[in-house]
Amino acid sequence: MRFYLRRVAFYVITIWAAVSLNFLLPRMMPGDPAAIMIGKLRRASGGRELSPQVIQDIYALLGAGNTTSPWQQYLAYWTRLLHGDLGLSSTRYPYPVLELIGNALPWTLFMVGLATVLSFVLGIAGGAFVGWKRGTWLDQLVPATSLLQSIPYFWLALVLVAVFSVQLGWLPIVGAYDPFDFPSGPEWSWPFVASALQHAFLPALTIVISSVGGWLLGMRNMMVSTMSEDYVLTAEAKGLKPSRIRDRYAARNAAIPSLAGFSIALAFVVAGSIVTEQVFSYPGIGKLMIQSVQGLDYTLMQGVFLVITLTVLAANFAMDLLYGLIDPRVRNDI
Amino acid sequence: MTSEQPPLERAQSRPGGSRRAVEQGTSGLATAESPRPDRFAGLRHLMPQWSAKLGAGLVIVGLIVLFGLLGPLISFDPRDSSYRGLQPPSSAHWLGTTKLGYDVFAQLAIGTRESLYVGLVGGLVAMGLAIVFGILAGYFGGWLDEGLMLATNIMLVIPGLPLVMVIAAYVQNTDGLGDFARSSTLVALILGVTGWAGSAVVLRAQARSLRTREYVAAARVAGESGLRIIFVEILPNLVPLIAAQLIFGGMAAVLGEAGLSYLGLGPTNSITLGTMLNDAQTGQAVGSRAWWWYVPPGLMVALLGTGLSLINFAIDEIGGPQLRLAPKAARQQRRATKAGKGVAGDGAFA
Repeated sequence: MRFYLRRVAFYVITIWAAVSLNFLLPRMMPGDPAAIMIGKLRRASGGRELSPQVIQDIYALLGAGNTTSPWQQYLAYWTRLLHGDLGLSSTRYPYPVLELIGNALPWTLFMVGLATVLSFVLGIAGGAFVGWKRGTWLDQLVPATSLLQSIPYFWLALVLVAVFSVQLGWLPIVGAYDPFDFPSGPEWSWPFVASALQHAFLPALTIVISSVGGWLLGMRNMMVSTMSEDYVLTAEAKGLKPSRIRDRYAARNAAIPSLAGFSIALAFVVAGSIVTEQVFSYPGIGKLMIQSVQGLDYTLMQGVFLVITLTVLAANFAMDLLYGLIDPRVRNDI
Repeated sequence: MTSEQPPLERAQSRPGGSRRAVEQGTSGLATAESPRPDRFAGLRHLMPQWSAKLGAGLVIVGLIVLFGLLGPLISFDPRDSSYRGLQPPSSAHWLGTTKLGYDVFAQLAIGTRESLYVGLVGGLVAMGLAIVFGILAGYFGGWLDEGLMLATNIMLVIPGLPLVMVIAAYVQNTDGLGDFARSSTLVALILGVTGWAGSAVVLRAQARSLRTREYVAAARVAGESGLRIIFVEILPNLVPLIAAQLIFGGMAAVLGEAGLSYLGLGPTNSITLGTMLNDAQTGQAVGSRAWWWYVPPGLMVALLGTGLSLINFAIDEIGGPQLRLAPKAARQQRRATKAGKGVAGDGAFA
């Protein structure tokens, strides 16, 4: 129980830190992000005067301008967030930030989720096999996977586009589905799902290729260490089948630290998905983030950062719970 | 385990820690291959073992550093756009030209130099912060440990690239910074300040294990101050690990700069490998099949990363000798079985 309480407390503090960072950053800068933002909104609305409500919203989100104390601003900021009010976007005026994020998030979850699961399964299975065959020529190839990890995501994506889309013309380059076949937007039908899968293939492949090396290497190293444990020797001495030793004795225990390293790998995948979405113009959350940063759309940027952070924290929390379930030592040894 | 416990008792109550030390000691002796005591055995124990991986890594990184230092001296002016655009590689332009008529080879040379600079500065900043957070937390323990580790873990779970993008977007648009606001130094600083958490966790774990050693206990009994123990007794023993973190941090900074620049958040007044890729993207290099424009900078980043991680592999094996010894043993056994000398069949250990 103490384990779960500690984890919950940790995530609550982290959410508080992320929100506070969002609150503090624009206020710490010597410039005036709120003034920039109001100027942009005015231009986006075609020169018309903004309603006092909108201007007040911007001040509440980005600070400066009004005379209330920082503490009151902080409280107002929290109240606003808890009501789900993230302000208006200037690059996509007059849409509210929350609606833009709501439209983009499913695409990213679909594409990145697919890629993460694939990469995890491939990496663990491959790492277990290579660790089992330690010392062979196959094992010697493992350092080569670090080449895959050192390749910049977006560059790999560019190369894949050059080969599969420009040169061979097999796969589409941009978007998440074919807008000519489905002019009315997403729908639940087989042709649409097929189109979405086809468009998600290259971005997902990019993420799988560059993140599988980390899983593979971690699993291989743990497998090598686990194979020198006494209980594996005992299993061998008992005359168990090698495949049983590999799967039930070594791989199962070697995989546990990989689960613990999930949060670090997830950060890697999130970073990768942002640049990858830019390359493929994939209408996900990363594309939105880039758009907001390039257009200095501070409200959208704050909102997207918050949503990315919350999503990552939720994934980590789920993984923590799972980890505590699988490995009782974690729950007891604090 | 409470911190009131005397240090000596704590050292003895951890058989795991001391056993590992003994194992490391014997493996160090076995590789020294000389029966008489070696004055440099302790020093050599800290150095990575020579291997093909280490050699390849050093050669790759060395060549890239040489290219970054000397390349700009022998190439054209990277800011001269008077050449005809989009020429494929030729004897005049070894790597062709960009759409706007810049020489790609010249840009690659200066870009490599700038990217190495970003990696070095970013890596050093991250390493410094990791040392402060990791070693203070690991050595002093208690509430300081809890507090510092909480900060580290928060930094670890908040996704890095979005955070860097947000900070860069604010910082680069503040007035009063002048040219510095869009310089490669500032980009390196941002990357360093956000990229230390992983290294701090590693250093803390090692510092925690070192503080239970007898020689640290002896220093404490002799009345040395905490900071002196950290600098004189603990830091020297962490040198290989710290070097690995520097390499890791430098690699992350190079990759991070490339990503930021690609997204248009990089330095504007200098040429880096990332800004080259950004130019290639905006200039439709892929669509116009100008592979000589976008392949070299990406390949350079990938090669640099590979070289650095090969060196890191070798350093990793100092901390965990079984990563090196177990595959070696398995290989020897397999060879013996093949020669008909082994007792093991084709079981788990062959």
